[in-house]
Amino acid sequence: MSIATLVADRRAEAQRTRAENRALTNLTIGPSPWVRAGTLIALVVLAALWLLPVVWGAVTSFKHEAEAALPASWWPSMGWTLDAYRSVLANSDLLKWMGNSLIVATLVTILTVMISAMAAFAFSQTLFKGRGLLQALTIASIMLPGQILIVPLFRQMQAMGLVDSYAGIILPQIVAPVMVFILKRFFDAIPGELLDAARIDGAGSWRLFWTIVVPLSRSILVAVAIFVFIGAWNNFLWPFIVTTDPTFMTLPVGLSTVKNAYGVQYAQNMASAIIAALPLLVVFMLFQRRIVQGVATTGMGGQ
Amino acid sequence: MTVSSTSTAPASARANASRRAPGSRTAGAARTARRKTMRERDRSGYVFVAPFAIATGLFLLWPTIYGLWMSFTNQSLTGTKSSFIGLDNYIEALGDPQVWQTLWHTVVFTLLSVIPLVIVSLGMALLVHTGLPGQWVWRMSFFAPFLLTSAVVASLSSWLFQPEIGLFDVWLSKVNLGPVGWLSDENVAMYSIVLVTVWWTVGFNFLLFLAALQGIPHTLYEAATIDGAGGWRRLFSITIPQLRNITAVIVVLQILGSLKVFDQIYLLTGGGPNGSTRPILEYIYDAGFTNYRLGYASAISYVFFALILVFTLIRLVPTRKES
Repeated sequence: MSIATLVADRRAEAQRTRAENRALTNLTIGPSPWVRAGTLIALVVLAALWLLPVVWGAVTSFKHEAEAALPASWWPSMGWTLDAYRSVLANSDLLKWMGNSLIVATLVTILTVMISAMAAFAFSQTLFKGRGLLQALTIASIMLPGQILIVPLFRQMQAMGLVDSYAGIILPQIVAPVMVFILKRFFDAIPGELLDAARIDGAGSWRLFWTIVVPLSRSILVAVAIFVFIGAWNNFLWPFIVTTDPTFMTLPVGLSTVKNAYGVQYAQNMASAIIAALPLLVVFMLFQRRIVQGVATTGMGGQ
Repeated sequence: MTVSSTSTAPASARANASRRAPGSRTAGAARTARRKTMRERDRSGYVFVAPFAIATGLFLLWPTIYGLWMSFTNQSLTGTKSSFIGLDNYIEALGDPQVWQTLWHTVVFTLLSVIPLVIVSLGMALLVHTGLPGQWVWRMSFFAPFLLTSAVVASLSSWLFQPEIGLFDVWLSKVNLGPVGWLSDENVAMYSIVLVTVWWTVGFNFLLFLAALQGIPHTLYEAATIDGAGGWRRLFSITIPQLRNITAVIVVLQILGSLKVFDQIYLLTGGGPNGSTRPILEYIYDAGFTNYRLGYASAISYVFFALILVFTLIRLVPTRKES
């Protein structure tokens, strides 16, 4: 496809969306310009309030340290500077922690999606002895909140020698029974004829899974992956418990230890917060539609 | 192994199927019978379920059982030999004012946070669902804070709450109010934390509501418009009733989420001032990892688990009704 048609496609889609939105406006709040203006103002005010903390943090991060601590001003008299970013990047392990977070979140996502999709396939498309029992156990384990397990899990990690290791951070996070059921529900809807036809053609379960089920379920797999990744990237409690060595700390954990080290250096504090916030925000801006959809479909926990 | 051996199954499965589905049956029934047979022959399920089953057993079920055992011992983090002490930990926990206090803080936080987290998110979703221009901006502004990790949230908000020089105190001083001890006043700190939490996590509920709103058939609105129903009428007679089920689910999910509060409190106030915001999860952490009393911490975990279980079981009720 040429770039020209791609652009035309995009434009046509944007036009369609605009038309849909206009229709929606008429259906929900009607044609009155006053009501529309009022709604728009409410949206602007709310959005401004919601962006305020991040914008204020960003403004502070570009100030000279000497000025950052002076009572709030939106336009610094000493001018803008990247000093805070420079010293944070030079003097802290921020980038290392970010790398750790990337490794941990990526592996958690891959492993979780893999084992959950395989289990969902087994529950949905195969019959084996004990399937009912395993399924019941899985449902029951949805009710176990991981937070209450920090004490025994830490003890277990000590015994397995996994404290202060990637495996120790990652493995307890890959168990997501809810995701199994979200995926199972999706796999259940795959037409049986399709799978039967492949079986008759001599495809084993492994091929069935990779060549039919996975390609057909790409959207839900991406949705689950997005959801798991955000959760793993931002997870604080477990990595905080299981790491004491700064070389293995993830971004949230490392960042929480830095707060005191800087003391009252507000510009630097804000600079590291902004750096830490950036990756997911950028990813969100690039894939907004996908992420919104992914969170909306998996967020209800399959309800 | 199992994977390759199943590739020989279809031929015999077909034979089975034709035996089970005589010509008198309908094609549909034959198909079902054949499918069932194929699945029965398929033992590869074990292979597919194994990784998940092993991981669940190892990192969820075993710690649950092990934790329960620990709660009946006086095990310590310092590694001295532990012994079985029966229900002593539980008896101590039920008489421990700190348990009740932190449990109470958790409940207060839950009550204070659930209501705005549901109402504000619903309001946001209704506003965005009007389809007014700027959809991308609204979604991003409301949901973006959810993508921040708790440590970033703590940095940004404690900077806003900073005494005297923080943005909030500066604004208040302009109207001759304050300064407020946002995080240092026992009577205020919990509200500050709720404020931060609403800002941080409301975007998640917002997306759930928005998705639900998009699922309402347009024909309902069209019919109402033809019948002459105004905007408010449509909101209260169509939109809100259509959201009843999802609202119930969101409320329960939010209660469960709020009960597990830890990150933002630990990072913003450390449970202070004077222990006035400390939630039960932080007490479990303190008992286990600060005071080294792993057995006792496990016992409190199970008391807390009992509380969560009650709400989890409530959550199952609407699901059953729907199906």
